[in-house]
Amino acid sequence: MRVMAQMAMVMNLDKCIGCHTCSVTCKQAWTNRSGTEYIWFNNVETRPGLGYPRTYEDQDKWKGGWELNKSGRMKLKGGGRFKSLVTIFSNPKLPSIDEYYEPWTYDYATLTDAPAQEHTPVARPKSLISGKNMKISWSANWDDDLGGSTETAHRDPMLAKIADKVKFEFEQTFMFYLPRICEHCLNPSCAASCPSGAIYKREEDGIVLVDQDKCRGWRKCVSGCPYKKIYFNHRTGKAEKCTFCFPRIEVGLPTVCAETCVGRLRYIGLMLYDADKVLEAASTEDEHGLYEAQRDVFLDPFDPEVMREAEKAGIARDWIDAAQRSPIYALINTFRVALPLHPEYRTMPMVWYIPPLSPVVDVVQETGEDAEDKGNLFAAIDALRIPVEYLAELFTAGDVAPVDAVLKKLAAMRCYMRDINMGRESDPSIPAAVGMSEEEMYDMYRLLAIAKYDERYVIPSAHTEQAHSLEELGTECAVSEYGGGQHDLFGEGSGTPTPIAVENFEMLQNRQTADTLAGPENKGARVNLLNWDGKGSPPGLFPPKGPDS
Amino acid sequence: MSTFLWVVVPYICLTVFVVGHAWRYRYDKFGWTTRSSQLYERTLLRIGSPLFHFGMLGVVGGHVIGLLVPRSWTAAVGIDDHVYHVVAVGGGLVAGIMATVGMVILIYRRRTVGPVFSATTPMDKVMYLFLGVAILLGMWNTIAGSIFTLGGEYNYREGVSVWYRSFLAFQPDAGLMADAPLGFQLHALVAFGLFALWPFTRLVHVFSAPVGYLTRPYIVYRSRDEQELGSHTPRRGWDRINK
Repeated sequence: MRVMAQMAMVMNLDKCIGCHTCSVTCKQAWTNRSGTEYIWFNNVETRPGLGYPRTYEDQDKWKGGWELNKSGRMKLKGGGRFKSLVTIFSNPKLPSIDEYYEPWTYDYATLTDAPAQEHTPVARPKSLISGKNMKISWSANWDDDLGGSTETAHRDPMLAKIADKVKFEFEQTFMFYLPRICEHCLNPSCAASCPSGAIYKREEDGIVLVDQDKCRGWRKCVSGCPYKKIYFNHRTGKAEKCTFCFPRIEVGLPTVCAETCVGRLRYIGLMLYDADKVLEAASTEDEHGLYEAQRDVFLDPFDPEVMREAEKAGIARDWIDAAQRSPIYALINTFRVALPLHPEYRTMPMVWYIPPLSPVVDVVQETGEDAEDKGNLFAAIDALRIPVEYLAELFTAGDVAPVDAVLKKLAAMRCYMRDINMGRESDPSIPAAVGMSEEEMYDMYRLLAIAKYDERYVIPSAHTEQAHSLEELGTECAVSEYGGGQHDLFGEGSGTPTPIAVENFEMLQNRQTADTLAGPENKGARVNLLNWDGKGSPPGLFPPKGPDS
Repeated sequence: MSTFLWVVVPYICLTVFVVGHAWRYRYDKFGWTTRSSQLYERTLLRIGSPLFHFGMLGVVGGHVIGLLVPRSWTAAVGIDDHVYHVVAVGGGLVAGIMATVGMVILIYRRRTVGPVFSATTPMDKVMYLFLGVAILLGMWNTIAGSIFTLGGEYNYREGVSVWYRSFLAFQPDAGLMADAPLGFQLHALVAFGLFALWPFTRLVHVFSAPVGYLTRPYIVYRSRDEQELGSHTPRRGWDRINK
């Protein structure tokens, strides 16, 4: 047994209202630079829908993730090491910018500069890639709220798998939102695809990062990741990805996307797992078995043997405590309501989802029946095959049974809690119908519905004796020591590395003093939400106040 | 004059090449990349880039054999001059044409595709000039010199190659180069210019050819790095002496 700790996330999809706050704050914190305009470490997709980039889930086309070869051994779907090197001069599976979208800004100046004229001046969209006028025809969430989905949704690769049963008609449709970040997989195919070995998994917390000094821009990770959550910064020529806000996590703060989520639907905590069993679990032959196989990789943090092995492996006592209190462990293993996204990619993803009951509830409600009645809901879950099968395509490689079980638990919780909230006698037969005790059901309700901050986020901070190596606490020399050199000599961003905190400070200053909009002269300018604690307004978001205000 | 051209200049370029790379690797790891423009344009790149790169691999291989393997060695294993010539010119032509065609496609793409052109740095343009001229001169030497023997018969294995080996052994014989045809002289000079530019261009990506990928484990684990994190005092670059 080789115990390792993994920082993980669960999202409760029933609570997602599709407001994109997570995407926007993430972008402000991390990808508000030129070259990263189209990069969304966090994005929110309306499903059914094409996703971002378009049809990224169609692995017959994009060849991301792993597959089993004839002898049952894992191999990269995009081809082995040799094939990877032979195709290095032009990656055949790299999505073009059109699969994402061509980023743009608007020519806002004409709104104020235009001379007096009969017609109101308009700000025309300008491409941030070519600088020319452009026609906007797609973006990161173009099919938001099923907009235009009668035209496009049939290309959703997950819908295609159950297509013969789907009539995409407005009256019969269903939808929900799927926020996505990097999965920080236990068996990351991006890292495996990287020819330079620049992508690594941190031993301490399992966060997958790109070493910007080692990345050589071969772009193999972009095609290797089946979730398409590695992006190519077209200005610096390096790959970038979601960092799980590691500078925040190291000091015990939740990620920016989680902190700012208005639905409070994200949970962050530790999982202990047995690193020796990962490969075996990922090689499970039956795709439907992958969900269970991954659950078997996780270790019970209450098991004395696991605790002993964890301490031997150098995991500190407070981290084991945190693993015991982890909401992730509760949702995945105790209540078993969280499911992995696309286990069939065999990357062992570590951002899991509680599938939404809302498509089912909505249908029952529309019929005028009681949508909090166990009988009605259970019958609807059984009857509404299309939403349930669709969810199964996303979360269990098409196996309906686990999705069914989760939805019934959520339905049971709804009915059971209604009795309590109405002051009636609680009905123990409801939790029993889904194999839970009354106490368990109440605990689940507490975690899912009350969702206290301290219970949603159990993040042990890195240890103070390591403080000097933590990004956020970097205090070895003054800010003014950095950035004295000749920057950008060999293209954007070249030169010595700068700590994130200092970098933000500089960018802030630059942004506040820049007077260009698109392609600012200092390409790095951005607003800093990374260090914002939620109080007051984040520095740099608004222009500095003049002397008279 | 010939000492200056065939001793001083080459050694200066070689020094810049070596020291420049060491310096750049220390100072600018972040800027060390291929600067791929595939995201902007893929159709032309799909044809041009593999043509050029595989062609160049052949060209470089040919140069290594032609410059470093003495005539006596190939003779010793029973390859006579005629066979060697046919193989060298044949292989050289194929690789050279691939590289030239690839380069023409890539330069055309770089000039005509708006986003690619605007991502081109002045250093890129200078580099393209040297690289292009070096390749064209090389093709000229192969076609005009070796096939049509314009300007008389010249066996570079008795001249240029010997000089090059003497150069690498730090006992340069400038006279050998001074006697070489103009085409070879120009090709060598432009190539040395290119070598001097090399560390300061995107060509550095040649030295990160990821052959280690073939043997390393798939998943890389790394501890939170005490040494390399940005919070530490930055390493010294060229201009930090005023500290």
